[in-house]
Amino acid sequence: MAEAVIDLSRADLGLAEEVAARPGGASLRACFTCGACTAACQVHRQGPDYDPRRIIRLVLLGQREEVLSSPFIWQCATCYSCQEICPMGVRFADLSFVLKNLAVEEGYSPPSLTAQVELLRGHGRLYEITDFENQKRTDLGLPEIREKAADFQVMLADLSGRLAGRAEAESEA
Amino acid sequence: MKALFFPGCTVPVRNLNYELAARKVAQALDLELVDEPGFGCCGFPLRSLAVADSLLLAARNLALAGASGLPLVTLCSACAGTLAEAAHSLDHDEAVRDQVNEQLAQLGLSYTPGQRVFHFIRFLVTEVGLDRIEAKVVRSLKGWRFSPHYGCHYLKPSQVSGGFDDPHRPVTLKRLIEITGAESIDDGRTADCCGGGLLGLNEELANKMSLSRLKAAGDREVDGLVLICPFCNVMLEGQQKKIGKQFDLPIKVPIFFYPQILGLALGYSPDELGFKLNRVKNKELAEAFG
Repeated sequence: MAEAVIDLSRADLGLAEEVAARPGGASLRACFTCGACTAACQVHRQGPDYDPRRIIRLVLLGQREEVLSSPFIWQCATCYSCQEICPMGVRFADLSFVLKNLAVEEGYSPPSLTAQVELLRGHGRLYEITDFENQKRTDLGLPEIREKAADFQVMLADLSGRLAGRAEAESEA
Repeated sequence: MKALFFPGCTVPVRNLNYELAARKVAQALDLELVDEPGFGCCGFPLRSLAVADSLLLAARNLALAGASGLPLVTLCSACAGTLAEAAHSLDHDEAVRDQVNEQLAQLGLSYTPGQRVFHFIRFLVTEVGLDRIEAKVVRSLKGWRFSPHYGCHYLKPSQVSGGFDDPHRPVTLKRLIEITGAESIDDGRTADCCGGGLLGLNEELANKMSLSRLKAAGDREVDGLVLICPFCNVMLEGQQKKIGKQFDLPIKVPIFFYPQILGLALGYSPDELGFKLNRVKNKELAEAFG
């Protein structure tokens, strides 16, 4: 995304349609590039290369590969500052989730996120609960907690399969 | 008054001081917190990967909560935000609800619209009420100065949080600090993001965001920064030493969870409120109320 020039010969004009059709994506087209999102963005304040307005433009101009392969789409901290300030009701934090989901489907997911799926399938939570955790809780007079992983095996079977299929396709390629 | 307690993943493992203090505060305020052993992950970690799967995880918890007929309260801002957003979309979109209920049927569960979701702190403000809390205060924290840290998902998106506080210039945590007799310090960064969402993806950027927050509080020489979210805690307390080293700055800002501060005013001792588990401590405060 560091390239300053957008190559319109590579435009995939279906991208905006695809984003708009997803839950949380429909507000995309209301953007009139005022830049309030970027001005309010707390990540932008510390790392000015990250620019929500530019990401929206790239989507509207169909720069599919540039957007979905970009490390920038993973830099939304989901603080919602942009969304609260936008005069046109563009929900950029929600759009960021749509873009990240699309990127995952096209094989660009950070390993730290996919590892969480397996943790959740195994334990139903992000942290394993052993007797050690419960002993600490009991010593403080807090009730024990138990893992309920069975439901998560059922709920996440499909996602886990999709991610595994993706990883296999990558390694074959 | 009764509410269903949603522990989430992080608080019951990493922030026992927060949970302990919240349960003590609830007890003093005659708020019964009911435990539901079936709760699991709220769904937040999956939003970036697949929002539909994240929604399903949230809906499972909401369906379990529905059976109790009680409002759900949680200490984690990410859980509160994710569950409230999920309830909002399930309540307002019949097609989404039908689809999710079809998946929940595999688990023998179903979501009925209307489940109320609160951050514990919001529950104190809007359901318990500041007057009722103030009436239970038995000792004053006059002379102590704290900076409130709202974080993000306690307030936003405001479409879901329903305007109980101003997302740009929030006041509820300030009021809650003030009813203990302590002074709430506006250091200009009280509604900042800690950067926690980026820690696993770009640590340097995440640390920069927390640095700016910690410096603002440090510059005002507050007795502590008052948090209401376990992810803000990962950044502002857990990463604090590392951030000081990385940017070569002598940063030491004591960190508390709000119920620990209120708990002191309600008459509990620092030990009862888990002060020993705080990592960046304020020894003077612990000694003054010990």
